[in-house]
Amino acid sequence: MMFTKMQLPSKLSAIFLLGLAVCAVFAPWVAPYSYETQDTLKTLALPDGTHWMGTDQLGRDVFSRMIYGAQTSLFIGVFTTLIAVVIGTVYGAVSGYVGGRTDNVMMRIVDVVFALPDLLMIILIMVVLGRGLWGIFLALTLVSWVTVARLVRGEVLRIKEFAYIEAARAIGASHGRIVFHEILPNIWGVLIVTLTFRIPVAILAESTLSFIGLGIAPPSSSWGTLANDGWTALKFYPHLILFPSLAIFLTILSFNFLGEGLRDRLDPRKLRS
Amino acid sequence: MWMYFFKRLGHGIPVLLTVATLTFGIMHLVPGGPFDTEKKLPPEIIANIEAKYHLDKPVWHQYLLYMKQILQGDMGPSYKYVGRDVSDIILEAFPVSLVLGLCAVLVTLGLGIPFGVLSAARQNSWIDHSCIFAATLGISLPSFVLGALLILLFSHQWHLLPPALWEGPRHVILPAFALGAGFAGYIARLTRSTVVEVLGADYIRTARAKGLSETRVLLKHALSNSITPIVSVMGPLTAGLVTGSFVIEFIFSVPGMGNFFITAVTNRDYPLIMGVTLVYAVLIVLANIVVDLVYMKLDPRISLAGTKV
Repeated sequence: MMFTKMQLPSKLSAIFLLGLAVCAVFAPWVAPYSYETQDTLKTLALPDGTHWMGTDQLGRDVFSRMIYGAQTSLFIGVFTTLIAVVIGTVYGAVSGYVGGRTDNVMMRIVDVVFALPDLLMIILIMVVLGRGLWGIFLALTLVSWVTVARLVRGEVLRIKEFAYIEAARAIGASHGRIVFHEILPNIWGVLIVTLTFRIPVAILAESTLSFIGLGIAPPSSSWGTLANDGWTALKFYPHLILFPSLAIFLTILSFNFLGEGLRDRLDPRKLRS
Repeated sequence: MWMYFFKRLGHGIPVLLTVATLTFGIMHLVPGGPFDTEKKLPPEIIANIEAKYHLDKPVWHQYLLYMKQILQGDMGPSYKYVGRDVSDIILEAFPVSLVLGLCAVLVTLGLGIPFGVLSAARQNSWIDHSCIFAATLGISLPSFVLGALLILLFSHQWHLLPPALWEGPRHVILPAFALGAGFAGYIARLTRSTVVEVLGADYIRTARAKGLSETRVLLKHALSNSITPIVSVMGPLTAGLVTGSFVIEFIFSVPGMGNFFITAVTNRDYPLIMGVTLVYAVLIVLANIVVDLVYMKLDPRISLAGTKV
């Protein structure tokens, strides 16, 4: 079993992320309060027995808001990356397999998306799409598939030269069969590792945008908007920024550790060296 | 060398043209304009405003006007900062961001290279493991979290450094550190892996056999041969610093390009958004060319003709 062979930090990370995912999915049952219930007598309270992480400016329970925030942050991180990996894989595989002029044109398009930094592109796209969950979702997906496309194209270029691909062609396998049954199964390890490393990038992008006020729009919340709430009260109520910051940091860290653990086991480039 | 430079510059121009066209397109797709207000303005005033900013002309005409202006270095008036040209704002904000960015690079290299070399020199010891661990922590720490933490400690708690604004060298320290420290983790890992690789080379064994001290072997022979991979990441690093500056300039209220960009996006100040985006695109294209040139100077094995663009 892969899990038992990983190093301790990777194991702990996997357990942490699993727990976090369960909390996020079952948020209404896990969170002690609703994310919008106000306790007007108890605003900006420090953490205590009833409010584990204190309350915010409007008297809302920070712990509950953190769990609902996890929903948003993880949803965006995981699903934009999944979609980007699927699009990038198909695009990169076609580009690399067909080759020639098609490959050239397809890669020129990738180059243009690549010319500007991700966050800048995302902000520009969101100017058109508008703020909010779906705006950021689409913008992140539109930007992040190119990295995967480049990676997959490179792998496909390498693998399609192997003798067994020629053998498959010789016995009359169709192009679709060669790509999906002969080539792609060989790079699923690389894809899983890429997925694990790209999720924290997406989570970071979302929280950064929400923190500077260009991401998730109120009243919905993510860890980024919570950190922004805390930022405005930084001087006197530092606990408000502490918890969302810690959550973002630990989640990104866990994905990075998990990614390293998986790479040691799955990535053939790492295994070769 | 110069031939190559101009060739690369030639490749950069289509990229810039595409970026200019895309930003123009994006800005004209957006719903709502900069002069939409709660109050209904009289139609004559709207017509006047639109005539002043050429918004009454057809889109293709606006596009040509826009391209012509850019080529003349004129990016038009800002919609929100009345009476100011976008180029003026950029000229004022660019030096601020440049100073911040250069100081951040110093922090990145100043932290990353020494720890990377130390890590490689003590490979697989506890020092090495803690350096790798610290690098992973640094990579995972969002810059706005680090920035808030620095302000909380150094400004609010210990009153050592100012938390915001841009009024002298003391104001540079915290933002430069917050911006640069995150990338130090990458540089440290990269330095470690290249130095480890170089340390296995034959000429290192020769240097040791000659009786050179370990420090000399490490600094003179190993490090100077590991510098090329570090140079090659300076291109992506520039891009990273650009996007990093959005957050850091926002947190520390630094009047730089990143801060103006964020405000422009919030205000739908299209000329300013387009202007700043273009400057960033030029900056990144130039940075990549410079990196390639330096890279070739450092490593004669990379031939001019064989380099793919």
